[in-house]
Amino acid sequence: MDNAALKERILGLVPGAEFQENKQFLTFIIPPAKMHELAVSLKNEPDLAFDYLFCLSGVDMVKFLEVVYHLESTTFGHQLVLKVRTEDRVNGAVDTVCDIWRTAEFHEREVYDLMGIRFTNHPDLRRLFLEEGWIGHPLRKDYVDEVNIVEL
Amino acid sequence: MKEVINLPVKNIEEEEYHINMGPQHPSTHGVLRLVVSLQGEIVKSLKPHCGYIHRGIEKMCEKDTYPQIIHLTDRMDYLSAHINNHAVCLLVEKALEVEVPERVKYIRTIIDELNRIASHQLWWCSFGMDMGGLTCYFYGLRDREHILDIFEESFGSRLLHSYYTPGGLMMDIHPNFQKGVKDFIKYFRKKIKDYDDILTGNVIMQARTKGVGILSKEDAISYGVTGPSGRASGFACDVRKHDPYGVYDKVDFKEILGTEGDTFTRYMMRMHEMRESMKIIEQLIDNVPAGDYTAKMKAVLKLPAGEYYQRVEASRGELGVYVISDGNKTPYRMKFRSPNFSNLSALDHMSRGVKIADLVAIGGSLDYVIPDIDR
Repeated sequence: MDNAALKERILGLVPGAEFQENKQFLTFIIPPAKMHELAVSLKNEPDLAFDYLFCLSGVDMVKFLEVVYHLESTTFGHQLVLKVRTEDRVNGAVDTVCDIWRTAEFHEREVYDLMGIRFTNHPDLRRLFLEEGWIGHPLRKDYVDEVNIVEL
Repeated sequence: MKEVINLPVKNIEEEEYHINMGPQHPSTHGVLRLVVSLQGEIVKSLKPHCGYIHRGIEKMCEKDTYPQIIHLTDRMDYLSAHINNHAVCLLVEKALEVEVPERVKYIRTIIDELNRIASHQLWWCSFGMDMGGLTCYFYGLRDREHILDIFEESFGSRLLHSYYTPGGLMMDIHPNFQKGVKDFIKYFRKKIKDYDDILTGNVIMQARTKGVGILSKEDAISYGVTGPSGRASGFACDVRKHDPYGVYDKVDFKEILGTEGDTFTRYMMRMHEMRESMKIIEQLIDNVPAGDYTAKMKAVLKLPAGEYYQRVEASRGELGVYVISDGNKTPYRMKFRSPNFSNLSALDHMSRGVKIADLVAIGGSLDYVIPDIDR
């Protein structure tokens, strides 16, 4: 499926999706409540077949926190980027997708650890790299560590 | 008369218990801790505990300029240092729309493949050691030395090279480079037969790896297991084929796919890959075009605001670099999708129901490099 057809297809599945201009990938911003439902369709619809989640990143855009999903279909080769935003910096939560793409389990733990975005229904949401009891989430822009981070 | 104390006797065959494998365990090849739940000697489940070598490379990148970031990527998967450098260089070149000279593309491709062979040699020798064959370790290191010598002669370092720069190379190749590479290929074509004789055909090794740690194609895709490990399960994931960079679109090589998805197939994939890499180098080494070794670049590289993603085929799988730029000389956010991280997530699934000794074989066949997991 080419990008124009794919765009129509995604907008048909989630009418509230917002298209974002991007040179490389077809990009959409998805309302958090719709993400899990969309992910199930993306994986299971035979003409979409997005079975490979090749990157999952957390981004702190200061105004909001964002989870970015890079998806590919190994059958058709088409690619798609989805973004989910949350403005709540304390309890911001996004539905997990690790029941759909198993690789998300580790990636979501990493995002939770370093970016502080919670994932609801995640089977084992613990810190991955840092020890339990660590205060703060280092990849956030407002993270302060006077000992280990040297400001030049 | 002595008093007899009756201690409660439990049947350890039935009870589940936990063993910490690592952080100091030779088979984890680094500081990784696996908490293994066992019943008898059967693995019930496994939880990796990462972070012992977490340096916060992604956070450091936010303070560094792009040429500086290259030096950090060496230190992720140090065994495919060149390929990691390549990913960042390609990303910067793509964002700035710089066309690098043909000569650079050829040299980069040759060196990437040499790096891949060196990495697989080290994997082979340590895998042999995990299986109890210490001779393999010496054979592998002996042959890897030849590649490291070529690297040392051309750009002065043996492990962490940082040889690629955005736009080209740090310096031109040494006049002896081509001869050295050709001599090595000639030498290694003979030696790789020894590898097969000593380990591939070994009955004990085959009995311990065939049918062990099976990963189906669906699971490989779902867990994002890429590289030789993913291809062993039949997942066609070679970025060099599907999204070519360098001069991979001009050379003839095969993307070999396995069907079994067991430890032995993962082993064979890497053996095939070493031969394919030699084939790629042979096609390129005599045809390196003359020209500049770098494109003209500005002194300060500022990526236009936007998002960029670049994927390359590192020796262990697909390495992705995701950059969000706000137009400054440092990235706003830099994310590395490292192959080992995703490959490790499948270890629990693959090793359920195997004996604990097989866990060593499965781990060896995944070939994880811990600094790449933790970053």
